[in-house]
Amino acid sequence: MPKVIYRQPDGSENAVEVPAGWSLMEAAIQNDVDGIVAECGGGCACATCHVYVDDAFLERLPPISDMEGDMLECTAAERRPGSRLSCQIKMSDTLDGLVVTIPDRQT
Amino acid sequence: MSAPPFIVVGGGQAGLQVCDSLRKLGYDGQLVLFAEEPVLPYQRPPLSKKYLGGELAAERLLFRPASHYEKLDIDVRLGVTVTTIDRTRREIECSDGSRLAYARLALATGTRVRQLGCPGAEHPAVLYVRTLADSDALRARLADAQRLVVVGGGFIGLEVAAMARQLGKDVIVLEALERLMARAVSAGISDYYAALHRGHGVDVRLATAVDAIEPAANGVSVLTSHGDRLPADVVVAGIGVVANEEIAAAAGLECRNGIVVDDHARTSDPLIVAAGDCTMHMNGYLGREIRLESVQNAVDQARVAAAAMCDRPERYVQVPWFWSDQYDVKLQIAGIGMPFDECVQRGDVGAGSFSMFYFRGGALCGADSVNRAADHMACRRLLAQGTMITPAEVADEGVDLMQRARG
Repeated sequence: MPKVIYRQPDGSENAVEVPAGWSLMEAAIQNDVDGIVAECGGGCACATCHVYVDDAFLERLPPISDMEGDMLECTAAERRPGSRLSCQIKMSDTLDGLVVTIPDRQT
Repeated sequence: MSAPPFIVVGGGQAGLQVCDSLRKLGYDGQLVLFAEEPVLPYQRPPLSKKYLGGELAAERLLFRPASHYEKLDIDVRLGVTVTTIDRTRREIECSDGSRLAYARLALATGTRVRQLGCPGAEHPAVLYVRTLADSDALRARLADAQRLVVVGGGFIGLEVAAMARQLGKDVIVLEALERLMARAVSAGISDYYAALHRGHGVDVRLATAVDAIEPAANGVSVLTSHGDRLPADVVVAGIGVVANEEIAAAAGLECRNGIVVDDHARTSDPLIVAAGDCTMHMNGYLGREIRLESVQNAVDQARVAAAAMCDRPERYVQVPWFWSDQYDVKLQIAGIGMPFDECVQRGDVGAGSFSMFYFRGGALCGADSVNRAADHMACRRLLAQGTMITPAEVADEGVDLMQRARG
């Protein structure tokens, strides 16, 4: 199963195995990773599952949809080049080892 | 002897949020969460959307895994209903006969569906969508059904209609009022959604009520107020919800279409707070009492309720927001736009990406956005800050609303 590493703002890490097809947000929630709020449960409606994806993986990710792009303009923590909504990234084998950093706030 | 626990009644989104927020605020005493349903707290919005379509397994609906409750030391009592609040003895009584004393009590009892009142409504082909069990039952029934009649053109009814169309069912939507989602959105949005559903092959009938449901050889017949007799394998009624306020009312707490709380989520009893769909609350943002059925209200008001339980009161001043997914169209609602004095459009209805912005007394009071998240988020920010903006500015796509919101 592909693995994702969630890095907290303080540098601590959780490595989580994610079934293919699950979103990064769901995997965080179901493994009780702190800092992913996901108020809307994956509807791309709240921008509270914001993560910073490590540079090395950016090109392997699916493109940012218009909806996600709009929501990323409105995150509580600043938008950076690696900013994504974790509900919009579905896990796959090509993303094995993905590292994402969780921002210090979501609301 | 240790102090009695803080007790949270209700295993929905608000109940869980009260628990999480209590721990975050540093409450380290005993914490008990009573959930009526036999499952850990889960998300309801997908029940009429992706989950109904079979795109999600039930385990993926859970807000948090079981380990979360262990980690936060939350004593979850599943499948137990709290039947009585004894305010004099500061105890609750449960459906299993047990009694438990509380130091503080939070009521997050939610709502239940309003039942169809017409003759024949108790037929087993008439279903509702509120709980996981409801959605499972509907999904099972839809598997062998072809003809669906949806009673009620509100969010739940329309989301079910959209999903059923995507599953290839024949769908008729009956709405008693002149337009869809009339309580929440303006006519422009209602008209767009009527056309959207009709374009997907839904038979949308406005100003049409249900007079009776009659058993038929194969399912039922739905008799409409226009005298039509519509054959159906399944009927889904989405005609609103009723606040679960009975235990509060029986305990002498003030209730008026919901458990009445102030803008700190406090009831008239200083030891008891309430949050979520079940409250008729003083909304600090709106400056008036309202009952809201939404994720936003559940989460934000629950945080306020937890703060009050910890004697660190905060005001509930968050801007209301809401969303609905139908087909590939996302409707996002910011603020409370109804009733408005003036309504201006931004974007292109024909292109399926537009917003309606509402003004009351010269000030922006809300917006409904269709596939237009940037407008929605900008509006939420403009409302939260009370930024002055004119209808002309909003209508001008050359004006960057987020820029204006940022000041």
